[in-house]
Amino acid sequence: MDSALIPEGVKRCPTWKFLLALAIAGAVLLWGVVAMLMVWFKGLNQTNMNDYYGFALWIWADLAFIALGGGAFFTGLLRYIFGIKELKNIINYAVLIGFICYSSALLILAIDIGQPLRGWFIFWHANVHSMLTEVAFCLSCYFAVLCIEYLPLVLENRQLDRVPFFHNLSHNMHETMAVFAATGAFLSFFHQGSLGGVSGVLFGRPFSFRTGINVWPWTFFLFTWSAAAYGPCFTLSITWLTEKISGKKLVKDNVVELLAKIAGWMIITYVVAKIIDTVYWATVTAPSLGFKWTFFYSNNPLYGKWILLTEIVICGIIPGLLLISGPTRRNPTTRIIALLLGVLGVSINRWVMVLQVMAVPVMSFDKWVLYYPSWQEVATTLLPVAYGVIMILISYRYLPIFPQEAELNPVDSVSASDGVELEDGQQDEKEAQTDGQAVPAEA
Amino acid sequence: MKQEQTKHRPKRYGMVIDLDKCTGCGSCMVACMAENNVPFKKDESDKLLSITWMRVYKITNGKSFPDSDICYIPRPCQHCAGQHEGHSPCVSVCPATATDYSRETGIVSQIYTRCFGCRYCMAACPYHARYFNWWDPVWPDGMEKYLNPDVSPRMRGVVEKCSFCFHRYQAAKDKAYLEGRRVVEEDEYQTACTQACPAGAIVFGDLNNPDHLVHKLVKPDLKNGGRPRNPEVFRLLERLGTNPKVYYKSSRQWVRKAGDNYLPGEKPGAVIQKSHS
Repeated sequence: MDSALIPEGVKRCPTWKFLLALAIAGAVLLWGVVAMLMVWFKGLNQTNMNDYYGFALWIWADLAFIALGGGAFFTGLLRYIFGIKELKNIINYAVLIGFICYSSALLILAIDIGQPLRGWFIFWHANVHSMLTEVAFCLSCYFAVLCIEYLPLVLENRQLDRVPFFHNLSHNMHETMAVFAATGAFLSFFHQGSLGGVSGVLFGRPFSFRTGINVWPWTFFLFTWSAAAYGPCFTLSITWLTEKISGKKLVKDNVVELLAKIAGWMIITYVVAKIIDTVYWATVTAPSLGFKWTFFYSNNPLYGKWILLTEIVICGIIPGLLLISGPTRRNPTTRIIALLLGVLGVSINRWVMVLQVMAVPVMSFDKWVLYYPSWQEVATTLLPVAYGVIMILISYRYLPIFPQEAELNPVDSVSASDGVELEDGQQDEKEAQTDGQAVPAEA
Repeated sequence: MKQEQTKHRPKRYGMVIDLDKCTGCGSCMVACMAENNVPFKKDESDKLLSITWMRVYKITNGKSFPDSDICYIPRPCQHCAGQHEGHSPCVSVCPATATDYSRETGIVSQIYTRCFGCRYCMAACPYHARYFNWWDPVWPDGMEKYLNPDVSPRMRGVVEKCSFCFHRYQAAKDKAYLEGRRVVEEDEYQTACTQACPAGAIVFGDLNNPDHLVHKLVKPDLKNGGRPRNPEVFRLLERLGTNPKVYYKSSRQWVRKAGDNYLPGEKPGAVIQKSHS
């Protein structure tokens, strides 16, 4: 039905399957939209946030999405600035995932504020001393960069590409992409950093407060570093998931292994810095404010030392070692375990730097306060996930996201000249044929 | 205006609460709510959702009878100055400049019509002195007539907090101006909680003015962020460097110790405040 839109030389699932997947993701999206409208029209009383938990699930989701979307800026930096050519085969997907993550983060911010119609005050009445102001400016600017990076990909759709203007525009944008990649990396350094600064500058909250350089607390640098380290883990994890769902190899192993290796070294160096930061905080910063570091991990039912160990050792040192070691990196099972642990690790870090900060009592006569989200919060947090699934479904079906797909999954000569939408019976038959063919050797 | 500011020494309005006098009656809380049109709900059982600009905490020394002792700690906004004047935990983080520090009075203000409800200031405040309007205020029938016309009620989705009854300062300044005076006398500007306290536990005034009772009680060390020289006076969470302008007074050492956090073996008076700037 939509075969004219499908990229040349690749095959896609039947339309009904595509529509069914869209419908399932759409149902979740709709659920999230209902919750979002409830929050907008009835107010933040629809959440389980309270005066102790001014920041909660949404801010965590925001920070986590942005960290996970960090694969876009870092892969772009490696590809266009450091000139690592192999990464051109995954940069499109990194940009798409980044685009989804950042647009989601902006949407969540719009839901999270008490007076959404005044959201523009952050630009109009900007307090330049606030880390959140820096977040807002850099995030918005970087999202604009991501739009610019994503646009040429959209224009490469078969039908759009026939329009000479779009074709030339796309081509020219590709030519100048290094400029945008550099801009994106510059902006990302500051918005990832300022997100770390959001909690790091809270000198009234000894759990998150960090010393640093000038106005930038150490968390500023750690957040940037961790996004660069763990963002590619998310890109590779989603690539793996897409391959599993589509039943096709989409990116060659050498590309995956290269990015995984870089991520591994970034994780290892990040974890070393994180350990130094934690030790300094535990032995110098917190005690100077009257706290033993163990205080922050005791006398409450959730936040024990396990969370610190999980973040640093299980989801930091272990995936780092698995990815820098050749045999475990090349083994698809240990590689994906490492990548998923990395994704979990950075998510735990963001959770701790938002939720645990709020939970810890500061006044000696105050108490630990725990929190669980309302269904409206859960639904609005899943909304971007469903939106992301839909974006990937549509983009993968109609855009040449994976440059190596056609080579890795050759279709026969009859259908190769055109994008192919196969019926079920045909698809099985074709798969049986292609299974018998040798996959071209890696470059 | 500039000339006026340079001719007249800036004020640092502050408060001293004598915890040995406080009985925990809650009059200060009631007076504050009435004075400042603080909204309330039918069900106020969840205190994490209650707006209490002035909140009274009850603490104990943890000992059993006959050594047990209790203390009530009224906690308004601490109007922190931070390590350098104006670097309050909340003011420094507000992205829209919706909360501001007045160098003229030392009061931390909240601009309700500019606040867009990001709640970063709440996350920054270690005293939990900031409250969010999770709902629009709904007053019982007829109560609108009893609202204070000098204080604007707040709408859903913004943060609010104690203002040291700033509208009273404005009224006192207007009165002084009309009478041809430039100086607001100590008794002309007093907060509602101060006046409502039946035990006289709350004292309010200009910490910079040696004639004011707050200054006499605190004996602030102005070169050291206003730290009290009176050994019975302390501030909450002094070690964080928030530099608040609400002081507490108690003759009981365990009460003074409860005002901050200490490592095992540390003595309250011996701890040196670290600088974060």
